[in-house]
Amino acid sequence: MSSRFVLGRVAALAATLLVASFVIYVALYLAPGDPVTSLIGGTHASPSLVAQIRHEHHLDDPLFVGYARWLTSALHGDFGQSLVFRDGVGQLIGPRVGTTLLLVAYAAVLILVTGIGLGILAALRAGRLETTIVVGTTVAMGAPTFVMAIILIALFANNLGWFPVFGAGEGFGDRIWHLTLPAIALAFSYVAYVSQVTRAAVREELRGEYVETARSRGLPERFVVRRHVLRNAMGPIANVSGLTVAGLIAGTVVAERAFGINGLGSLLVDAAARKDLAVVQAIALMMVAAFVVINTLVDLLSAALDPRLAQKAVA
Amino acid sequence: MSALQVGLGVGRSRRVVGRLADLGPVTVVAAGVVAMLILVALFGPLIAPHDPTAVDPLNVYAGSSSTHLLGTDDTGRDILSRLIYGARPSLVGPAFIVAIAVTLGSGLALAAAWFGGWVDAVISRALDILFAFPGLILAIGAVAMFGPGLVAPVIALAISYTPYFARVLRSAAVRERRLPYVDTAWVQGVSARKICFAHLLPNLLPLMLAQASVAFGYALLDLAAVSFLGLGVQPPTSEWGLMVANGQPAIVAGHPQQALYAGMTVLVAVVAFNVLGEGISRRVLGKTS
Repeated sequence: MSSRFVLGRVAALAATLLVASFVIYVALYLAPGDPVTSLIGGTHASPSLVAQIRHEHHLDDPLFVGYARWLTSALHGDFGQSLVFRDGVGQLIGPRVGTTLLLVAYAAVLILVTGIGLGILAALRAGRLETTIVVGTTVAMGAPTFVMAIILIALFANNLGWFPVFGAGEGFGDRIWHLTLPAIALAFSYVAYVSQVTRAAVREELRGEYVETARSRGLPERFVVRRHVLRNAMGPIANVSGLTVAGLIAGTVVAERAFGINGLGSLLVDAAARKDLAVVQAIALMMVAAFVVINTLVDLLSAALDPRLAQKAVA
Repeated sequence: MSALQVGLGVGRSRRVVGRLADLGPVTVVAAGVVAMLILVALFGPLIAPHDPTAVDPLNVYAGSSSTHLLGTDDTGRDILSRLIYGARPSLVGPAFIVAIAVTLGSGLALAAAWFGGWVDAVISRALDILFAFPGLILAIGAVAMFGPGLVAPVIALAISYTPYFARVLRSAAVRERRLPYVDTAWVQGVSARKICFAHLLPNLLPLMLAQASVAFGYALLDLAAVSFLGLGVQPPTSEWGLMVANGQPAIVAGHPQQALYAGMTVLVAVVAFNVLGEGISRRVLGKTS
């Protein structure tokens, strides 16, 4: 992988983040409604008091000054004050980041292990097992997180009772236990998608002439699959899996909401419903940043797995 | 897929409707489900056995019976009737999302392909940036700006779907633009607008149809999720995602009917639209796997 390719990707990442942050700021800057009204809370305030409040919260800054101030503070971890929750945005976000990250990581592990595993299994074992996996994953792809959530809640809340169906838990072990159902609900349709892509990629490689050659040379099937087929199929699989994991960042909103988990996603929904623009800005920025960074990492990883991609991109 | 095939696809797209049976049995079943859902959305008020907003405090959480086929919800409203009435907001929203995204996407693709140069570069970069915003995040942001309801999330999701259409259509349009007939028409004095809309656009139609049919299921899913979050369709209007959310608290109390039936409806609808979309896409684009 040439350094030119890596530098190009990192530069593109920085540019995208800068523009995206500006878009986020401007969109909410232009949003209808005056935050001061909600701050005063219905009581009549004198114009001078309103002006003072506007000044305190930097609401009277011109657009670019406001943006520059917002971005530099955001880079220092200061996202300003929440006018609705009456707390620093950083204080609201801080304790919730860990929960959300854990949920996303948990779901990502499920997707990578189960999705790729099922896909490889389906590709190597033709027949009934393959049909079952293909049909199952086709249905599962249409199962949105919130539908899986209520199915799991109905199953485990009343009938089985193995897993808690609400909250995020305390301590690591308890948290993992609490986040199991949310992670399954979140990962479910993505597992299906990744397994279908994996199956197609492995099938494609199995058709390659080199497989026939390797087999005719008497190499054991296990060796052919592991050393040649899977290694060649890994490029597209890694690419799609990575993009899928990036997609989890948005999906976590629904999973957190469905299972009453107090993470970034729940906070984002609450903030949006109550027009708390400072919080929405901060979380949207973080999620977009995470999404773009993961996408860039996936690009770099794909190029590392298949150097032809990097050459094509630079040329 | 070559531009030639895209061109040949025009004739094929007309045959799609006429020769549904060619799509294969699974796709035909999916098409049947989709047709049924559309009929329900159109004629819901005529089919529904009850008024979807009629509460019955003495008859809450009723099980299935001959009067209430799927039982009643927490205020005694008929679940089946609410599902039937919910078809319209649940399907009209995604239809708008896809229609707006296809229009914007093909417009941008044609502009990029026709003007090329810096216009193409600016459009491509803008699409890259737009890709950085997951649809759900954009929809939630739109709600934060304009308040909950169907309009803001639909427009936001349409914008977030646009790059998916625009990217594929752009490369198809660029290939198409390089074909000799475009220059021939230009030399003969045919206007740019006519070449774009009378020649380039029709040749992109099969690809647009394929993409739109695949995108519909995802749009349905995303919009239902927004309503599930309480940011989309507002009560007392019935919508499937909202019904799942409303029915959720009762699950723990042992009354999962509303949430499960509404959830199943979303699931069946999404799977049906996905399978049909893939089928149409395969047929139109002539892909085999």
